Amino acid sequence: MINPTNGLCGPVNLTNDQTLLFSKGNDQFFANRTASTGLGPYFVATGCGSCHSSDNRGHPFTILTRFGQTDSTGNKFLSQGGPQLGSANLPGLTPEQIPAGATSTRLIAPITAGVGFLELVPDSAILAMAAANCNNPDGVRGHPNYNTIPSYSMPLNGAIPRADGKYICRFGKKAAVYDLVEQVAAAYNHDMGITSSFMPYNPYNYLDQAAPTAPSVPEIDNNTFNSVVFYVRCLQTPIQRNAGDAAIQNGGALFVKIGCEVCHKQTLTTGYSSIAGLSHQAFHPFTDLLVHDMGPGLDDGYTEGNAKTAEWRTSPLWGLGLAPGVQGGSYYLMHDGRAHSIEQAIQMHAGEASVSAGRFKALSTTDQVAILKFLKSL
Amino acid sequence: MKLHLLLSLIIFLFVCTTAAHAQIDSSLLKLPGKADTTKKGLSMDAAYNRPFLKLGKLPVSIGGYMEADYQYMGTSGIKQGNQFQFRRFSLFVASTISKHIKFLSEIEYENDPAGDPGEATSGPEFGIEYAAIDIELNPMLNFRGGMILNPIGAFNQNHDGPKWEFTDRPIAMTQLLPDTWNNPGFGLYGKRYSGHWMFGYEAYLSGGFNDSIIDNALGKTFLPAAKSNLTRFTTSASGEPLYTGKLSFGNDQIGELGLSYMGGAYNTWRVEGAVVDNKRRVNVFDIDFNTTLPVLNTNITTEWAWIALDIPPNYTQQYSNRQFGGFIDIVQPVIKGRILDWDNAVINIAVRGEYVDWNQGNFTSTGARMYNDLWSIMPAISFRPTPQTVLRLNYRIQHARDITGNSIGATIGPTRGISFGIATYF
Repeated sequence: MINPTNGLCGPVNLTNDQTLLFSKGNDQFFANRTASTGLGPYFVATGCGSCHSSDNRGHPFTILTRFGQTDSTGNKFLSQGGPQLGSANLPGLTPEQIPAGATSTRLIAPITAGVGFLELVPDSAILAMAAANCNNPDGVRGHPNYNTIPSYSMPLNGAIPRADGKYICRFGKKAAVYDLVEQVAAAYNHDMGITSSFMPYNPYNYLDQAAPTAPSVPEIDNNTFNSVVFYVRCLQTPIQRNAGDAAIQNGGALFVKIGCEVCHKQTLTTGYSSIAGLSHQAFHPFTDLLVHDMGPGLDDGYTEGNAKTAEWRTSPLWGLGLAPGVQGGSYYLMHDGRAHSIEQAIQMHAGEASVSAGRFKALSTTDQVAILKFLKSL
Repeated sequence: MKLHLLLSLIIFLFVCTTAAHAQIDSSLLKLPGKADTTKKGLSMDAAYNRPFLKLGKLPVSIGGYMEADYQYMGTSGIKQGNQFQFRRFSLFVASTISKHIKFLSEIEYENDPAGDPGEATSGPEFGIEYAAIDIELNPMLNFRGGMILNPIGAFNQNHDGPKWEFTDRPIAMTQLLPDTWNNPGFGLYGKRYSGHWMFGYEAYLSGGFNDSIIDNALGKTFLPAAKSNLTRFTTSASGEPLYTGKLSFGNDQIGELGLSYMGGAYNTWRVEGAVVDNKRRVNVFDIDFNTTLPVLNTNITTEWAWIALDIPPNYTQQYSNRQFGGFIDIVQPVIKGRILDWDNAVINIAVRGEYVDWNQGNFTSTGARMYNDLWSIMPAISFRPTPQTVLRLNYRIQHARDITGNSIGATIGPTRGISFGIATYF
C-alpha cells in the first residue's frame, strides 16, 4: 500500500471495516517470517514483500524454480520435492536440489496490484477471447488453462467447468492457479514454507531424511490468511501516467495496430463482487488470461495444468513502466527476468507473437519509441 | 588460546601499573558530573560520570535521567501524525561498599518502539540495564562483574539522553549495533594517565548473541534482534562467551580515540549435546573518536562499526554477512552565559550525519550490488539551561533504500520530519 504518486495506490473503495481488514492484510503481507513463526524448513523468501516490492514485480534474487512437469498428466516429481525448489533452507538442513531427470523453469514474481480484478473476469469473457482467436490471421490462438482446482476452492461466480471437471485457471505464469486463495496458500507454502489450513504440509526435500513432519497447528491462522487474501484481492490497479500525452496516445494506437492488443487485451470487465469497488468494473490489465505458444526460445520444458511447455499466460502489462522502480533500477522482464529492457522483451516474443513482434521491428524508430513510451506509461 | 592471551595481557598490565592513578574515587559519587557533549575523560568512565545525589549518611548515591519527545515524521509521503513519546526513565543507584569496592546499577524503563526510524516494534521494556560490582585490585587492574554494558564503541556506554543534542539515538548505534547492549559477564579494565595522555583498556567475557540476528521479523541481519531475547541473561545460545575488548587513547588537547572488538559464536550449534550446525561467528569492529576543537569549542563525536558474520550456506541473501555504518555529530556552542535566570546556559547548533548499510555485497543472482541502506542528515538546535538538562529541536532528512535499491514504499524512500524533546538528569 503505497503512495499513489508512484503509480500504484492502496485499496479500491472499501468500507471502514474492509479498510481495517485490508490494513491487517497489508501488515501481514509485508511481515517477515522467522523459523519460530513458521519459515521453512525450505523456502525462497521470508515474506510476501520480499518478492513483491510495493505490490509490484519481483527481483531475480527471489526467483522461483519449478520442476517436474512436462505435460498435462501432472507433476511426476512431487515425491521428490516438486513442484518448487526451496532455494534456501534453515541452518543445518541439506540443500534441496532438482532431481535428476526433471526439467525446470525459473519464474520471477509477477505484479500483485490489480489481481482481484483479474479474479473476477467471468469465464465467459475468457472463453470469448479464446474463441475470437480461432481465425486470427497472425496465427494467434491461445486457450484457457484448464486445471483441477483444489478441494478447498469454491468455483468462482459464473465458472464454466469443462466436462472433465476441470476449471479455467488464471494466475501464475502458466495460468495454472485457480483463484487468490490457492495463489496465497501456494505462495506461503512453496515460497516461505508456511503451512496453512489449505496446505498443511511443509515443502519436502527428498535428500534430507530429517525433514520435519507437518506441524500440528497451521503456521498461519485462518484469520491472518484471509486478511492477506483480502489485501491482495482489494489492491487497486496500477494507474497509467500521462495518459493524455499525444506521443503516448500515438504509441497506444500503434500498439493496437501492429497486433499486440490481440493478446494484451487493453480492457476487461469484472463480474459481480460483494466488494463494491471490484464489482462490474472496466479495467486495463493488457492481458487475455489465455496461454499462448511463445516459441522454442521461451520453452523451458516445464509446464503446469494443460498448458504446453512453450505456452505462457499473456503477462499483464499494467505497471510495466514502474518495474525499474521496484526491480532495483533495472528491468527483469519475461517469465524469468531474462529481458532487461522492454525492447528485448518484445524481441523475445516468438511463436504466436512472431507476426506482431515482426511488425514492431519493421516500424520506424519514431514509432517504436512511441510504443515504448506508451508501455512505460502503463 | 584466547584465555592464554587474556591472562598474558592481565599480567602485563599488572606489571606496568606502578605509576598509575587510582581509578575508583568514592568521592566521585558525591559530585555532579559534567553531562553534555563537551565532556572530558574517557568514554569508559561514562557509567560513573553522571550526576549523583548523596543522601545524608546513607551508603548509597542515586541519580537518573528522563527523556521525552514529540515527533512529526513522514516516509514516502505517508505521515505518522503527531507522536508524543516518553522514551526513557532511568534510575541509577551507586554505592561504595568498602575501600576499592563499588557497585553501580541502572534500572531503566524504555519505550522506543518507533522513535528511532526503522526500528523494530519491540514495545516498552523495563529492566536492569546495568548492575555491576567493581573491585579495584590495582589502578590498572580492576575487576568488574555482573550485568555489564559491552564496551563496543563509545555510544553503548555513553548513551544517556541528556548528553546528546538529538532526540533520536544514532541509527547505526541502535539499528546496526544494539544500543545499551548489556549482558551478564565479567572482565577487567584499567586506566592510566600521564601528562596530557590517557590510556584505558577493557576486556570482558559475557553472554551474547543468538540465532535471531539472522532470523528476525525485519528480514535482515540485525544484531539488535538479540536484545529481545531475555533468556540471554541466563542462557547463551551458543554456549560460548562473547569477547569484548576496547583500547582507548586520550589526549586532553587532541581528543579520544577508541578501538574496540566484539565477537563470538552466535548460533545454537549444539542441542542437548548433539551437534546440529557449525559454530557461526559474529565479529564487530568499531572505531570511535571525539574531540573539542580549541578556540571554537566545536565538539565532534563520531563512531563507525563494521560487522562480519558467518551466514549458513544456502540461506537467503536477505541476511547479509557484512554490514557497516556510523555517525558523526558536530555541536557548536553559539551562546554561552546567562540566559534568563540561568547563569551557565548554552545554546548549541548541531548537525548529525549518518549512514548505515545492512546488506553489503552483491547478489549472487545478478552480480549487482545489494543495498538496504540509509543516510540521514539532522540539523539541530539545543538549549541547555544547565549541563544536565537539554531541550532540543531536530529536523530529519533521511533516505532509505531496500535490498534491491528501491526507494518506493511505506518504510523506504525519503523521510522528513521534526522532533522536539527534553532530557534531563535528576
